[in-house]
Amino acid sequence: MQNLGIRVLFMGNNFARLLGGLWITIRISLIAVALSIVFGILLGMLMTVKNPITKALTKIYLEFIRIMPQLVLLFLVFFGLTKSFGINLSGEVSAVIVFTLWGTAEMGDLVRGALISIPKHQYESGAAIGLTKWQVYCYIIIPQILARLVPLAINLTTRMIKTTSLVALIGVVEVLKVAQQIIEANRYTVPDSALWIYGTIFFLYFFACWPISLVAKRLEKKWKTA
Amino acid sequence: MEPIIRVENISKTFQANNGQVEAVKNISFSIEKGDIFGIIGLSGAGKSTLVRCLNLLEKQSEGNIYIDGKNLMKLSSKELRKQRQDIGMIFQHFNLLMQRNVVDNICFPLEIAGVGRKQAKKRALELLETVGLTEKARAYPAQLSGGQKQRVAIARVLANNPKILLCDEATSALDPQTTKSILNLLKEINQKYGITIVVITHEMAVVREICSKVAVLDHGRLVEEGTVEALFGAPKTEEAKQLILNTYA
Ligand SMILES: Nc1ncnc2c1ncn2[C@@H]1O[C@H](COP(=O)(O)OP(=O)(O)O)[C@@H](O)[C@H]1O
Ligand SMILES: [Mg+2]
Repeated sequence: MQNLGIRVLFMGNNFARLLGGLWITIRISLIAVALSIVFGILLGMLMTVKNPITKALTKIYLEFIRIMPQLVLLFLVFFGLTKSFGINLSGEVSAVIVFTLWGTAEMGDLVRGALISIPKHQYESGAAIGLTKWQVYCYIIIPQILARLVPLAINLTTRMIKTTSLVALIGVVEVLKVAQQIIEANRYTVPDSALWIYGTIFFLYFFACWPISLVAKRLEKKWKTA
Repeated sequence: MEPIIRVENISKTFQANNGQVEAVKNISFSIEKGDIFGIIGLSGAGKSTLVRCLNLLEKQSEGNIYIDGKNLMKLSSKELRKQRQDIGMIFQHFNLLMQRNVVDNICFPLEIAGVGRKQAKKRALELLETVGLTEKARAYPAQLSGGQKQRVAIARVLANNPKILLCDEATSALDPQTTKSILNLLKEINQKYGITIVVITHEMAVVREICSKVAVLDHGRLVEEGTVEALFGAPKTEEAKQLILNTYA
C-alpha cells in the first residue's frame, strides 16, 4: 500500500483539489448550456423568419462556428479581444463566451428544426382558442420545443464538459490541469501517480456525465409528447 | 332573420411554388343560427381552406364574410381577436397540452382570458360533466383514448362560450363507434347551448348522422346545397351523386 500511487490522492488536499477542478469544468459547461438554450431558442426563431438578410447572417454565423475549432475560438476571444480591444477577460469568462457561441449555434439549428417540424394545426388550434401569436409561442410551441431539446441539451452539456479540457490552454485551472500539477509535484516521490490520478479523473468525468444523462432520460420520458 | 354566417362570393388563391392554387372559387352560402351545417367533399376540395376563412385563420382573396351581420373585413385586429373567441374550432388532431392534466387543459383558455384560477376550475369541471369525462379530471392526455381526447378538446373550446363551433374532420381519426358518440355529444351541445355547428368532413355517414343542411364542395366550387334528405334522396348534380355513390360503393 505504501508504494501504491493511489496514496497521492490522499496526500494533503489533492482529492479536494481535483474535485474543485471538476467543479470549474462543470460550472463553465452549465452556464454555457443555460445561455445557449436561451440564445439558441431566439436564434432558431430568427432562422425561421422568411427574410433573406436574417437567413444569410444566421447561416454565416452557423458555418463560422462549425468550421472553427473550439481552441481557435478560445484563443480568439481570450487573446484576441484582450490584445485588440483592451478588454480584459478572465479565462473562465472567455470559456463561457466561446462555449455559449458554440452551443447557441448548435441549439439554434436544432430549435429551427424543431420549429418547422411542429405541424401547422398546432399554431391554428392555439389561434382558434383565442391566443395571440406570442401566446401561441409561449404556451404551446416553446414548451414542446423544450421537451424535444432536453436530450440534445444534455448531449451538448456532456460534450462541453469533455471539451472544457481545452480551457487549460488559456490558463483556467480545471480538473486535468490540477491533475498535471499533482503529478508534477509528486514526480519523484510517487512515480506511478499518473495512472492513479488519470484513472480517478476517468471516474470523475464518468460520475459527472452519467447522472446528467440519467436525468435527461427521466425528463424525456416525463415530457414525452404523444 | 339575419343568418349567423353569410359568405358572399369568396375566393381564396394560394401562391404555390408551381404557380397559383385556387383552393376556393367564388362560394356563397348562409348558415342559420342553431343549425348543424355540413360541408362535404373529397380530400383537397377546399373544405379546410373555406372554414379557415370563417375562423379568420386565413384571409380570403375576394368576397365578404358576415358573422352575426358584421363584415369581418371591416373589423380592427382587436375586434377580430374578440370575434375569434366567439368561434370555436376543433380539429382531427386534438392538440391538447401534454404537460397539463385534463382540467388544466380546459382551464387554459380561461386563464389566458384573465379568468381567476378558482373560477376557471369550477367552469372546467362543469364542462367536463357536459362532455361526460368527470372521472378523468386528473388524467393526462397521454392516458386518454382518441375519443376522450376529443371530448376534452370540445370542453376546452366550449370554455370561451362560443356562438359557433367549427369541426374540421373532428372525427376522422376515430373509429365508427367513437365517432357516433362524439357526434351525439355535438348534437347535445347544439341543443343545450344553441351553438351553431359547422361540420367539415369527407365522411358522408357523419353528415347523415347529425347535419340538417349540407353543402357539397368539388375542386373549390360549391356544387350543391340543400337539406340532408334532399341531397341523399335525390342529388341534383353529377358531383354530388359521385360523392354519395363512391362512399357507399
Ligand atoms: N397554405 C397553402 N398553400 C398552398 N396551397 C394550399 C394551402 N392550403 C391548401 N392548399 C391547397 O388548396 C387545396 C384545398 O385544400 P384544403 O382546403 O386543405 O382541402 P380539404 O380540406 O377539402 O381536403 C389543395 O389543393 C391544397 O393543396
Ligand atoms: Mg381538410
